[in-house]
Amino acid sequence: MEKFTTLTSKAVPLNIANVDTDQIIPARFLKATDKKGFGDNVFRDWRFDKNGEPNADFTLNNSNYSGSILVAGDNFGCGSSREHAAWALVGYGFKVIVSSFFADIFKGNALNNGVLPIQVSKGFLSTLIDTIESNPETELEVNLEAQTISISGLAKSEGFEIDPYKKTCIINGYDDIDYLLSKKLQIEAFEAEKTY
Amino acid sequence: MSKKTLFDKVWDAHVVDVVQDGPQVLYIDKHLIHEVTSPQAFNELEDRGIPVFRPDQIVATADHNTPTLNQHLPIKDELSRKQLEQLSENCNKNGITIYELGHKYNGIVHVMAPELGITQPGMTMVCGDSHTSTHGAFGAIAFGIGTSQVAQVFASQCLLLAKPKRLRVSVNGKLKGGVLPKDVILYIISKLGTNSGTGYFCEYAGDVFENMSMEGRMTVCNMSIEMGARGGMIAPDETTFNYVKDRKFAPQGEDFDRKVAYWKTLPTDEGAQFDKEYFFDAEDIEPMVTYGTNPGMGIKITENIPTKNDASFNKSLEYMNFEAGESLINKPINFVFIGSCTNSRIEDFRVAAKYIKGKQKANNVTAWLVPGSKQVEAQIIQEGLKTIFDNAGFELRQPGCSACLAMNDDKIPQGEYCVSTSNRNFEGRQGQGSRTILASPLVAAATAVAGQIIDITKEVEQLELV
Repeated sequence: MEKFTTLTSKAVPLNIANVDTDQIIPARFLKATDKKGFGDNVFRDWRFDKNGEPNADFTLNNSNYSGSILVAGDNFGCGSSREHAAWALVGYGFKVIVSSFFADIFKGNALNNGVLPIQVSKGFLSTLIDTIESNPETELEVNLEAQTISISGLAKSEGFEIDPYKKTCIINGYDDIDYLLSKKLQIEAFEAEKTY
Repeated sequence: MSKKTLFDKVWDAHVVDVVQDGPQVLYIDKHLIHEVTSPQAFNELEDRGIPVFRPDQIVATADHNTPTLNQHLPIKDELSRKQLEQLSENCNKNGITIYELGHKYNGIVHVMAPELGITQPGMTMVCGDSHTSTHGAFGAIAFGIGTSQVAQVFASQCLLLAKPKRLRVSVNGKLKGGVLPKDVILYIISKLGTNSGTGYFCEYAGDVFENMSMEGRMTVCNMSIEMGARGGMIAPDETTFNYVKDRKFAPQGEDFDRKVAYWKTLPTDEGAQFDKEYFFDAEDIEPMVTYGTNPGMGIKITENIPTKNDASFNKSLEYMNFEAGESLINKPINFVFIGSCTNSRIEDFRVAAKYIKGKQKANNVTAWLVPGSKQVEAQIIQEGLKTIFDNAGFELRQPGCSACLAMNDDKIPQGEYCVSTSNRNFEGRQGQGSRTILASPLVAAATAVAGQIIDITKEVEQLELV
């Protein structure tokens, strides 16, 4: 997993609530047995029409927008547990997803792939979307150590929460398997003693 | 001693360790896997030279990416075939029990595991599938995980998790005729919304659930994730014990009795605290349908679509080609699907058959009935339900996830409505451009017969269906 400490980048606004993982990566693309190539099909049915032509209205097809931060509506990543959604977002080049609320499983999947899900207040989310939409050159600055996200050049900033253990993992590029394997003896002792 | 909830009792019994200021190490009793979310986890372990720690606590089935016709023939789609071969190869290499396509125990993971007695009260269970919440019907902690977590469980039989908060939804009273467990959960989600449960484990309590069959309880717990809850739970009771008893992998004899004695200690203590509680009256619930593109967008079948000034709401209605304020009654429907891990058990087909018997499917309708497992399929035939379905023009297919998720060959065409007993009405969920209306097996059966959505509440009293 790649390490993450700070990021300054332009951002892509996706002002839709309840974006489910079926939209992030439709099920027909889940037949692969490795993690590669999902980025090509991220938001496939929003990006392309039924004839495979790019849908000009969709944010990822708007050439004004670029960057490795996606700023999305409330309850992002709900629905299916498919980690393919996280792989698709990573594959497309996103490193940070900002929303006012994340679904549980998606949040965990994102963290396990080094993508930072940043939960901000509804008010700050509106500010971010409005600012980016009115000036697509706007850059956002994410500082994981300080747990802050701010709009470059403007005195607008907000703190965010992250589990301290997960924070350490992301900063150092560790994953949970390393930690769990270090607990092997304790796990075996638990198995030997469990009472249920 | 402090008073504990069902969730606390099961969770606390499985904590191996607590990371300082961080998550807990939770021991997992049973790990269910399928072809779609496991291959990358097996690769991860192989790349890192880590063995599967407890292969005898893992059970595999093929369900998502499988055809529901001609299962005895080689799978035509090359990628699908390879994915299934990969699952078999990974299981054989690692000593994991697998019920491949065509095996008498094959089926949708959340249907076959309970019917084999793999699912038991007081367990922790995971699967790379969000509808793992189904197994909570037994008083188990069961939840969906991502593929990285599948790899973690392979490696250590544990997961690192922050303990979720406690939510309780109580429904008391007597359900009206024609109101099925599916209507109860669609009603709850329509009231609470799709993210009210996020961060929580939800216990369903009250006499409506106490009086429900295990299959009904599974339907309810199955859709917990649709309100954001990682899992749902119902206290184990005599209904649970009777269901589990004598199943293939259930404890037998004295061992079973010992387990029952333990399972009886699990229900929530009187006076235990929840972080959030909701109460509903059974009499307020009616047969439900959804009108939008998330499961929270549901109404009673007799109600009109609400009006809201909200961009996401309007986008959703535009996708469905519905107008705010209109009724769904008399909407022509060309596709009906009875199946999925929500509603593909024998009771679902019994209720459909009871309605369909002596009637004919409307000419405009394609009606697919897809059992959740080989065992359910066998039972449908044995009970004579297949004859009823055949005579009425319904198509009984072979077990699998089928048209719930548009991954296999069973897809709803662009622009078509499908009244479906599945769990998600997301855009394109049943096929690119398809429009899903979630409903109970009874509403689905009635739609197939009428060729349009009808007010089932007018018929149910004569029918004595439920």
